Amino acid sequence: MSKLDKAALGEPDTTAPSVPDDVFLSVRDLRIHFDTDDGLVKSVDGVSFDVRKGKTLGIVGESGSGKSVTSLGVMGLHRSARAHVSGEVWLDGQELIAADPDEVRRLRGRKMAMIFQDPLSAMHPYYSVGHQIVEAYRVHHDVSKKVAKQRAIEMLDRVGIPEPAKRVDGYPHEFSGGMRQRAMIAMALVNNPELLIADEPTTALDVTVQAQILDLIHDLQKEFGSAVIMITHDLGVVAEMADDLLVMYGGRCVERGPAEDVFSEPRHPYTWGLLGSMPRLDREETDRLIPIKGAPPSLINLPSGCAFHPRCPYADIPKDNVTRTVRPELTEVGGSHWAACHMSQEQRERIWTEEIAPKL
Amino acid sequence: MSDDKTVSEPDTSGSTLTKDTTADGDVLLKVTGLQKHFPIRKGLLQRQTGAVRAVDGIDFEVRKGETLGVVGESGCGKSTMGRLITRLLEPTGGQVEFEGKDITHLGVGDLRPMRRDVQMIFQDPYSSLNPRHTIGTIVGAPFKLQGVEPEGGVKKEVQRLLSVVGLNPEHYNRYPHEFSGGQRQRIGIARALALSPKLVVADEPVSALDVSIQAQVVNLLDDLQQELGLTYVIIAHDLSVVRHVSDRIAVMYLGKIVELADRDKLYKSPMHPYSKALLSAVPIPDPKRRGVKSERILLKGDVPSPIAPPSGCRFHTRCWKATEICKTTEPPLVELRAGQRVACHHPENFEDQQPQDTKLLTSAKEAAAENGGAATVEK
Repeated sequence: MSKLDKAALGEPDTTAPSVPDDVFLSVRDLRIHFDTDDGLVKSVDGVSFDVRKGKTLGIVGESGSGKSVTSLGVMGLHRSARAHVSGEVWLDGQELIAADPDEVRRLRGRKMAMIFQDPLSAMHPYYSVGHQIVEAYRVHHDVSKKVAKQRAIEMLDRVGIPEPAKRVDGYPHEFSGGMRQRAMIAMALVNNPELLIADEPTTALDVTVQAQILDLIHDLQKEFGSAVIMITHDLGVVAEMADDLLVMYGGRCVERGPAEDVFSEPRHPYTWGLLGSMPRLDREETDRLIPIKGAPPSLINLPSGCAFHPRCPYADIPKDNVTRTVRPELTEVGGSHWAACHMSQEQRERIWTEEIAPKL
Repeated sequence: MSDDKTVSEPDTSGSTLTKDTTADGDVLLKVTGLQKHFPIRKGLLQRQTGAVRAVDGIDFEVRKGETLGVVGESGCGKSTMGRLITRLLEPTGGQVEFEGKDITHLGVGDLRPMRRDVQMIFQDPYSSLNPRHTIGTIVGAPFKLQGVEPEGGVKKEVQRLLSVVGLNPEHYNRYPHEFSGGQRQRIGIARALALSPKLVVADEPVSALDVSIQAQVVNLLDDLQQELGLTYVIIAHDLSVVRHVSDRIAVMYLGKIVELADRDKLYKSPMHPYSKALLSAVPIPDPKRRGVKSERILLKGDVPSPIAPPSGCRFHTRCWKATEICKTTEPPLVELRAGQRVACHHPENFEDQQPQDTKLLTSAKEAAAENGGAATVEK
């Protein structure tokens, strides 16, 4: 089915993707749609990005912008009859969307692993933490239970759980929130995956624990040289971790580029809105936050043209009502920095430097 | 909201004992030695074997027209504190005074007049609204419960409230599921404002919302305070939001207030090591600062159990400045600088309170070494 879609979309021949050597994961025009009683939900509608080895890609966006669905799509976890997945996911030179599900299953956990937001629901309450880590290890390694348990203890120790030999027999409910998240990181890393996807890994945690976990992911990445995708709605976390940044809105990428550029010279009104609505500790206290008006769009009935136009204060600047009729494509605005907006470069530069930046 | 100074006789008919009011008339709420212990029962006879000391002796006051922010990690007792001062829970010990009237142990009937003046906004806009009631019924409920007949009728008043919080008054007959998270939080706010309360306690009012919506609600709370002269107690774990909304901030750790200070003083020069660690842990949305990592203080481990909190200063097990005295003597919450109360023997950014005691505990040495330059011991 995915091949059919590809043909229908008139995609270029994909047998030889033209990507640089150090790109470990390359996602091309990923589309994930779901059939529901209310209509077709276009959760992800044409997203492309690359992740290089040893680097971190941050994906930010509000709830319902499609960031988690993208990551589950990369992991090949949408296989139900209702999910329509198309596009390409190249992992280390291997295409996954069209691949045999069994083949993807062999890669999942070994080559790519995932850390979920809520460890209490991601772990099985009936089995001990050690049992679950052992299981994850033995799926991919033909070793005895004893050896696998040794490995589990080693991993728990590595992620900073005190008395790992004792805690390995503990159950998820006996762990505190931060410890559970550590245990899940241990489980994700037990097979030394080369790609680690962290979906809101610290959202449920306190700032002090969050700092510990981010530090841990950072250290582990340095040690193993893995590629990391960090999905979050917290721009602070992204700024801390990400080398590259992808801003999603309504199932599409609206801006992407090196994290420093996106933070210092954002080129999309939605990114401006995100930066303006967030109170910041590193700035002088401002009187008022600058919220984005309205609410995130419904993915069934996405606004025509630019999906952000109903909330965009500058929607009337481009001529001929183009923001309401034509969907803007991503265009390069600087060294590998892309944004999808109808306003001209100069207009955006002027608005950013004159109107937005001084208020932040 | 500038009331006359003599609030000794509250407008609500004082049926129970009224304590003498505090000297300064602009204190709206005064809390002394407040405690809440949840019993742990075991066995067939459900004998009490211990207690979770969720709130364990805190003192503070809320002044008219100000916003008091309360921060701390999960499990530090901040939400319990919010429920105690709104009297959704009955305190185990200590005293809560609202407008000079002791409300610590009032019964349901005696509390009713006070409920008009103290309202609460809850964290989860999905579970705090009854899904089977229209929002007209929900926002109008306080009038019914209090037997108040607003001018022009309940419906008109509810529609006015809806427009005040930025909702369409025509949505009077809709149900909660028809609204988004941010809109539901607005409904919760409209309900809290229905009886023109004096004090609004908001428990994590924006943490369930998206960033862009969060800013809308924060601005709304701000506007309402200015228009209606409300007093807020805002409980939150997000330190940037708390800084934005608060005038004064209380930092809680394991059922105690460790620092209570004016906003700018706390954020510019925190005195309690825990406040300092908490502030340093907030990620800064600026990738250029990533290299500057030495400022961060990483606290080891988790918060100890409130069933058996550590002796002396409760933070001594994780503090990099802890000495013998921290283990044995609990530091009192004292005003070291004008507008900054701290409970610490060896405060940051201030002279040492126990200079004779210099020998660090072993755990403190480890913590200090771990953090390298960040936590160098002051002379």
